[in-house]
Amino acid sequence: MAGSLDRRGFLRGLGGVLGCSVAAHPMLTTVTMAGANGGRPLGDHRLVVIILRGAMDGLDVVQPQGDADYAALRPTLLNPQATDLDGFFRLHPAMGDLMPLWNKGQLGFVHATSTPYRDKRSHFVGQDMLEAGTGMDVPLNQVKDGWLNRLLQTQDGLTSETAYSIGQVAMPLLEGPAEVRNWSPETTLLLTPQARLLFDRVYESDPLFHAASQEAMELADAGNGDMEMMAADPSQMAGLKVQDVEQLVDYAAGKLRQDARIAAFSMSGWDTHRGQAGGLSKSLARLQYAILRLQTGLGAQVWGKTVLLAMTEFGRTARENGTAGTDHGTGGVMVMAGGALNGGKIYGDWPGLSEANLYERRDLMPTTDVRAWAAHTIRGLYGIDQSLLENTVFPGLQMGKDPRILL
Amino acid sequence: MSKRTTLAAIRFGYGLPLPMGAPDSPETILALLAGPDLAAQSSPTVASADLIPNLQELREIQKTGKKDIAKIPRRDALLQGFNDAAQEAVKITFARALDSADGFRERLTTFWADHFSVIAKRQLESLFPYSIVDEAIRPHLTGTFADLLTAATLHPAMLSYLDQSSSIGPNSRLGKNQGKGLNENLAREVIELHSLGVGADYTQSDVTEMAKILAGLTLNPDLVMEFQPRRAEPGPRVLLGKTYDAGGIENIRAALRDLALQPATGQHLARKLAVHFVSDTPSPDLVQAVAAAYNGSGGDLMATYTALLNHPAAWTQTTEKARQPFDFLVASLRALGVTGAQLQQMPYKEFRGQILAAMAGMGQPFKRPSGPNGFEEAAEEWITPQGLARRITWAMRVPPRLVEPLPDPVALAQSCLADRASEALLWGAARAEDITQGVGLVLASAEFNRR
Repeated sequence: MAGSLDRRGFLRGLGGVLGCSVAAHPMLTTVTMAGANGGRPLGDHRLVVIILRGAMDGLDVVQPQGDADYAALRPTLLNPQATDLDGFFRLHPAMGDLMPLWNKGQLGFVHATSTPYRDKRSHFVGQDMLEAGTGMDVPLNQVKDGWLNRLLQTQDGLTSETAYSIGQVAMPLLEGPAEVRNWSPETTLLLTPQARLLFDRVYESDPLFHAASQEAMELADAGNGDMEMMAADPSQMAGLKVQDVEQLVDYAAGKLRQDARIAAFSMSGWDTHRGQAGGLSKSLARLQYAILRLQTGLGAQVWGKTVLLAMTEFGRTARENGTAGTDHGTGGVMVMAGGALNGGKIYGDWPGLSEANLYERRDLMPTTDVRAWAAHTIRGLYGIDQSLLENTVFPGLQMGKDPRILL
Repeated sequence: MSKRTTLAAIRFGYGLPLPMGAPDSPETILALLAGPDLAAQSSPTVASADLIPNLQELREIQKTGKKDIAKIPRRDALLQGFNDAAQEAVKITFARALDSADGFRERLTTFWADHFSVIAKRQLESLFPYSIVDEAIRPHLTGTFADLLTAATLHPAMLSYLDQSSSIGPNSRLGKNQGKGLNENLAREVIELHSLGVGADYTQSDVTEMAKILAGLTLNPDLVMEFQPRRAEPGPRVLLGKTYDAGGIENIRAALRDLALQPATGQHLARKLAVHFVSDTPSPDLVQAVAAAYNGSGGDLMATYTALLNHPAAWTQTTEKARQPFDFLVASLRALGVTGAQLQQMPYKEFRGQILAAMAGMGQPFKRPSGPNGFEEAAEEWITPQGLARRITWAMRVPPRLVEPLPDPVALAQSCLADRASEALLWGAARAEDITQGVGLVLASAEFNRR
């Protein structure tokens, strides 16, 4: 990754400075929440965002088997066992346990959608743009925060418990001046009172170490720490196992049942250049597990007020490549779930898969900006003003007509 | 000890106290680097060629005795051989960094191993992340980048990790017979990550052409790189406006050489080096000086490092960077007086628990970055609440299991930080409840974790 485009480094490098000048932030606007719950901004609804890192192949997850060109593009990947969704699209079998949610209207998809990122198809720039929430007109190294953090910046009176960035992978989506909690399952810090005093003093002159240690101690106090270190053996093949997902989701559910309203984490394993049938199934099984576990963990009442969005940096090539996989593409799928969702539908205009309809004769043509779906979700959940969403949270976005994706 | 010596040890090496004979000025550091790679000579890892007989015997067992229960123990022993070789290589990697007087060479090795990140995909490839270092990176560390790029790209570890071994030209003999085709993974990362950088002026068409140029490279059953003409895409190829029509592996070598010589590559590498060694936000002047040396010398790496070390910005007394977990652990072991020989004698299980598991918890699973772009550089990526909690926990719990008796905390602060030990740290080290806590305070301090 070119250093000049490394937004994460830039943004975090300035975090301390920006954190002191929230009041002066030019984009900061206060809105009053309609029907806010007990003075709590953001009310009762919950938003969970999962960043699917590595570029999920939307054409394999929600298979357009009704499209006459699909079979020729996907000679080995087309899966006859995929479950029918609406007569045109079929759901990958590794997500089959989600069908009850689909039937209840608590699972939905947006197809042929993408961020504004085009052409170089770099994972790392693509993810930075997805999380920055900006368009191709803004150099990424000038973006100092993620869109979910900018959403928080528009709200008065939030506490540090409102939003949680979960897991060890950095989440630029939630980084920025608004206060956010970070937690990963392996956090462990047990110190005697004397050791704490000494560390306070020793870290005092280094703001980065001071802030990190303070938060670590608070999290340890809250009883989330002291789990055994997981042995990591580089001589063995490891991947993200279900247990890891379980820890992330359980923690998120626990916080969302209380005061947290927003949680975000990452899932990797989507870069299926080779042998996609096997690799994608595993990743989808984990995603499915995460969704079902979250539903259980939240309980019926909170789940009823929740929307989960699982977004990826871009889709993959319409054609299979030479190795039973797919290469980096453009348009793809966003997965949505939750009791507050108006699901059981596949949203978005279908562009078709004939060669002339593909983007650069290669990728699924995006027909919508994925940011618009996120913006309508936020507007539906929290009643946030459209101009704030189009100018501040997603600068330059045109949300378009309300697709009514929430109940 | 002068302040410049402290800076040299921490910014360009693995910390204080410096090993016997370690240089501390730009001239002496570069002179040692220009000489032979003594660490690799004195503590070699298993060569991948040495494992070929294991692979061959395993194939025989699989062919003839699939259901032959008597052969299972032998098969398991052969498979274990791959793990053993990798486990030994892990320790050798730590031991070299810990002991070598040629600290800048070790730091550069870590830098380039990250630039050319690979991950072992299966047990038979366990040694790959180490063999690419000893077979491709270290031998070309002080030559030209064109040679380094070529060696790393053609190494079996890279061909496997980025799927090149299964990419086939769609119009090649094999492609037409079997209806198979390209996989762009390696082609894209060679351009985006390893040479030009994503900010450079290239298009999807260049990526596709590069994939066609690389088609033909694969691994044979002995996991050795092979160029197979029956997989190669016929016809001339146009990359960045230049036509390549030599055919065969010569096309690949020519394309990689030209990528290495692009000014954008010099700019990309100069910035990465400056960011890695000096500052997360390096001065443009430093980056330009290093890029100019690279581009003016045809990508000569010694000239590039010389420009870096001779620039005044490389010697400013700032500590903006955070030591990455590997650097933190090696520096801690060195500060505690642990030697490479002691590490090598430690049972692997213990080494894994005390060092590798801790390192993963700090956010850096050893030789397992989350993608081909390697690990992050910015201090804020590492000094997170979770990451710092893990460093503090390690510093407070593990040293007593490694060293007996523990050093006096104040003396430790002075020996591993010299002039960088703050008054507050010396004050705290003297007031710890016990010696373990004092040692923990020093190793977890901001001064020790920054560079």
